[in-house]
Amino acid sequence: MKFGVVVFPGSNCDRDTLYALKDVLGQDAFFLWHKDHDLRGADAIVLPGGFAYGDYLRVGAIARFSPLMSEVKEFADRGGMVLGICNGFQVLLEMGLVEGVMIRNRHLKFLCQHVHIRVENERTAFTNKARKSQVLRLPIAHFDGNYFAPAETLKALEREGRVVFRYTDENGNVTEEANVNGSLHSIAGIVNRAGNVMGLMPHPERASEELLGGADGRVILESMIETLKARETSKKKRS
Amino acid sequence: MKVRILVSFKDSVLDPQGQTVKNALHTLGYGAIKDVRQGKVFEIDLEAVSRQEAQALIPEIADRVLANPIIEKFSWQILDET
Amino acid sequence: MIDEKTIRDHNLTPEEYGQIVRLVGRDLNLTELGIFSVMWSEHCSYKSSRVHLKKLPTQGRGVIQGPGENAGVIDIGDGLAVVFKIESHNHPSFIEPFQGAATGVGGILRDIFTMGARPIALLDSLRFGPLTNPRNRAIMEGVVSGISSYGNSIGVPTVGGEVYFDEGYSLNPLVNVFCLGIAEKDKIFYARAGEAGNAVLYVGSKTGRDGIHGATMASAEFGEETEHKRPNVQVGDPFKEKLLLEACLEVMNRNLIVGIQDMGAAGLTCSTTEIAAKSRKGIAIDLDLVPQREEGMTPYETMLSESQERMLIVAEPEKVKEVRDIFARWDLDAIPIGEIREGGRLVVRSRGEVVVDVPVEAVVDLCPAYRRKSVKPVAAEGAAGFEWPPLLPDYNEALLKTIASPTLADKEWVFRQYDHMVLVNTVLLPGSDAAVLRIKGGNKALAVTLDGNGHYASQDPRTGARIAVSEACRNLSCVGAEPVGVTNCLNFGNPEKPEIMWQFAETVEGMAEACRAFSIPVTGGNVSFYNDTEGLSILPTPVLGIVGLIEDISKLQSPFFKKEGDLIVLLGKNKEELGASEYLRVVFGRKQGFPPEIGLEEEKRIQELCREAISLRLLRSAHDVSDGGLAVSLAECCFLGPRRMGCLIDLQDEIRSDALLFGETQSRIIVTAVVEDLEALLALARKHRAAASVIGKVGGDSIVIRGRGKELVSLATEKIHGVWKNSIPAFYKT
Repeated sequence: MKFGVVVFPGSNCDRDTLYALKDVLGQDAFFLWHKDHDLRGADAIVLPGGFAYGDYLRVGAIARFSPLMSEVKEFADRGGMVLGICNGFQVLLEMGLVEGVMIRNRHLKFLCQHVHIRVENERTAFTNKARKSQVLRLPIAHFDGNYFAPAETLKALEREGRVVFRYTDENGNVTEEANVNGSLHSIAGIVNRAGNVMGLMPHPERASEELLGGADGRVILESMIETLKARETSKKKRS
Repeated sequence: MKVRILVSFKDSVLDPQGQTVKNALHTLGYGAIKDVRQGKVFEIDLEAVSRQEAQALIPEIADRVLANPIIEKFSWQILDET
Repeated sequence: MIDEKTIRDHNLTPEEYGQIVRLVGRDLNLTELGIFSVMWSEHCSYKSSRVHLKKLPTQGRGVIQGPGENAGVIDIGDGLAVVFKIESHNHPSFIEPFQGAATGVGGILRDIFTMGARPIALLDSLRFGPLTNPRNRAIMEGVVSGISSYGNSIGVPTVGGEVYFDEGYSLNPLVNVFCLGIAEKDKIFYARAGEAGNAVLYVGSKTGRDGIHGATMASAEFGEETEHKRPNVQVGDPFKEKLLLEACLEVMNRNLIVGIQDMGAAGLTCSTTEIAAKSRKGIAIDLDLVPQREEGMTPYETMLSESQERMLIVAEPEKVKEVRDIFARWDLDAIPIGEIREGGRLVVRSRGEVVVDVPVEAVVDLCPAYRRKSVKPVAAEGAAGFEWPPLLPDYNEALLKTIASPTLADKEWVFRQYDHMVLVNTVLLPGSDAAVLRIKGGNKALAVTLDGNGHYASQDPRTGARIAVSEACRNLSCVGAEPVGVTNCLNFGNPEKPEIMWQFAETVEGMAEACRAFSIPVTGGNVSFYNDTEGLSILPTPVLGIVGLIEDISKLQSPFFKKEGDLIVLLGKNKEELGASEYLRVVFGRKQGFPPEIGLEEEKRIQELCREAISLRLLRSAHDVSDGGLAVSLAECCFLGPRRMGCLIDLQDEIRSDALLFGETQSRIIVTAVVEDLEALLALARKHRAAASVIGKVGGDSIVIRGRGKELVSLATEKIHGVWKNSIPAFYKT
């Protein structure tokens, strides 16, 4: 399947994301330059981690205005699959493709460490290969990963099952200590109403090989591949 | 024309940086400080724009780019009309 | 205009000025004086250190580029090369910790990608005064934030390093930053001018008044008036540097340029003259074409500005458009500001007039090398007066106290602020003996470590240096890597003081001896002199950055105990030494005694044994014994892994208990092996003529150490771990 990885000035995890999709998972993955207007037939778009535009002004605030983002928005509106990782999640939030905003980590320090996240919704296009309440161990690396949304938004997210991942301890318990950045409701990842756009703060591309300390991130990328393949098959059946 | 725009967190949003500054001031003995909210100041130099045009333009750029309306509010003033 | 005071203010002696006048053939104008002032400063010219640095071995297998360029280059096979170097940013980090450290990171990154290598790892060696002093806490916080902010933003992982604390660094923190990159060995770029007529392009940020005299500042002691030097520290922009990195790598990948040099210390002055000098050409530039951030900058200011994130590129005229297009794609200016000429002169025009016209060779190559007076000082504080401390009934409290010393304690507070995983190469996370980075596309990996020791060097610089090299290599051997190249950062006080010069000369000798013994070439490095404030010098502190190669990543070894029942084997011998140890300093408040002995041949045999044992898959873990001694290293083996392990150790050596537990005897490695592999391991040790003995077993959840049957230590691992883990964070709790 074809994956387009968007590159903004200041993106850092673009090469890592490409490596995970292409070299580790054998997909057809390529870079999409932020100034272009062509998604090059990608089946799914990934906004990678990093410091787009230096995180100046606000995280993701300037990147969302990149020329390519109008194509990405149209693609998402049409039901195309979009994944935002870390800085990519922040861009999706600024664009309004998913709801809420990221503010500075609770203890005001950059955090690079492993965390545990629990799969809250295993029926999304991004988690269909995971089990309900499965606990994944993934790395985070961010300064602004503290998820905030107004009360009504939070209620809706919970009610509609759109919280995909929550920070927990290694046994899957939601605790204050496990919520290292202070996110409301310990939210680590959410999906939009249509279920085709997801953002998460932890880095699945950094946890796709045992050699680097664990491969729990693969299940997310593999779920996406599975979803895309299923769509392709059903498209072929109908034509 | 010179315009100053202030962007800060809405009252309902927790401002950990403001809190940290407040605590630091208390530690230094400034007990009279009740609260601190941290924000950003943008000083914008506009070319050949009338007062009316500014009154439409500034809120638009503040809302669209400079502030995130979910958590931030803004206010602005014209410093120098020349 | 140029009077004695002006010459002095520019840190040049009257003799030096006289020499310059003879070389140039006339008196200088102020701008030309500024140029010579920075290029002949200690920081740029190495005038006090060159004669000694010549003693370092620089030849070796795999050396593609030794000292003399922006960084060293070593062939690692499969068509690849590693490019690496270490730099200091000590003085700026004292004045403005955050930006000083941040721009230090920016500078070393440029040194690497200027050679055509993509930087893949950063490490830093930091030294501060004791954390009990709030000023030192603030400096450390600023430095760590600065490194974190720059490194994270530009997307290069900070994967390791060291942090030490001592009174001697209170007014002189040390910030040494190391960077490593990978390049195709046939695509290395240098500071070259090529042919006359080639275009000189300025790329990157606009020039402002930042850091003028930064290089000169690095060559001067601090006095009372330090505060006003604040504007001399530049503000870094990692986002700009990321764009610069990508654009530069792209033009280099497409072979569009002839030469490239980053504008670091002494900015335009250094880059223009070095590019010209290396190719024996001349260079002419017009300052009116240089993008400037501020108004009314004089030629003096423009030539000496140390604004960050700028590079100088030389390209053939036909290629200029393509180069500019690529930089434009990354929203960067690439402005032609001049050309390469014959004749070997630096000619600078401004507002239609020639403002500088001097021979390039005089600026770059002809600064005299000094053989400064070097006198061995009267015995260092208490070195001759070493007294054995009283023996203790048991050493539980002593072990807890020693391991809680910030120098030995958990540094997670520090490295958690660094993104150490970006670029998905990091196999061993910070906290291990060495950082390990896999090389994509094969089975090989790189191991890197930074090691230095001010305490040993202060008592006996030659031994201290040999130990620093040995320890770094030992750390690499413990992860199964063979050392392939060395870079060094030498941090010293004022070289005009004979005792300091003696320390320096001895240090270089010791380093040279050790590098020769281990057959590893020195590919370059940095010397930072004048680390004094108000007459007080730092401990002489050589910091070694050593890179090693692991042929098969599947054989990677880690330091912690793995399984109950594994046998604990000590490679090497225990000796009755306690001098210059952390135990003496922390428990008894004494800085006495000479450093431990170091036998380079014995050290080499122990390391070769360890590496071969790893290669034969005979080991389950390997961890070297260093600061804090055997007891501390054993404790680390018990808690550095994901689970708390315990061990029961029975030592039979007939030596004092305190020396046995806390002596910092060299050439020792703690390994574990399963019972079935013991015979083979011991036989291997005999083959290498290295000592190896079983000292205990992994088991339980406590560390129990007995010496000749008497219990010396018995502590729950959880307890030691807690003390080790909470030491540094406790200083920062509000």
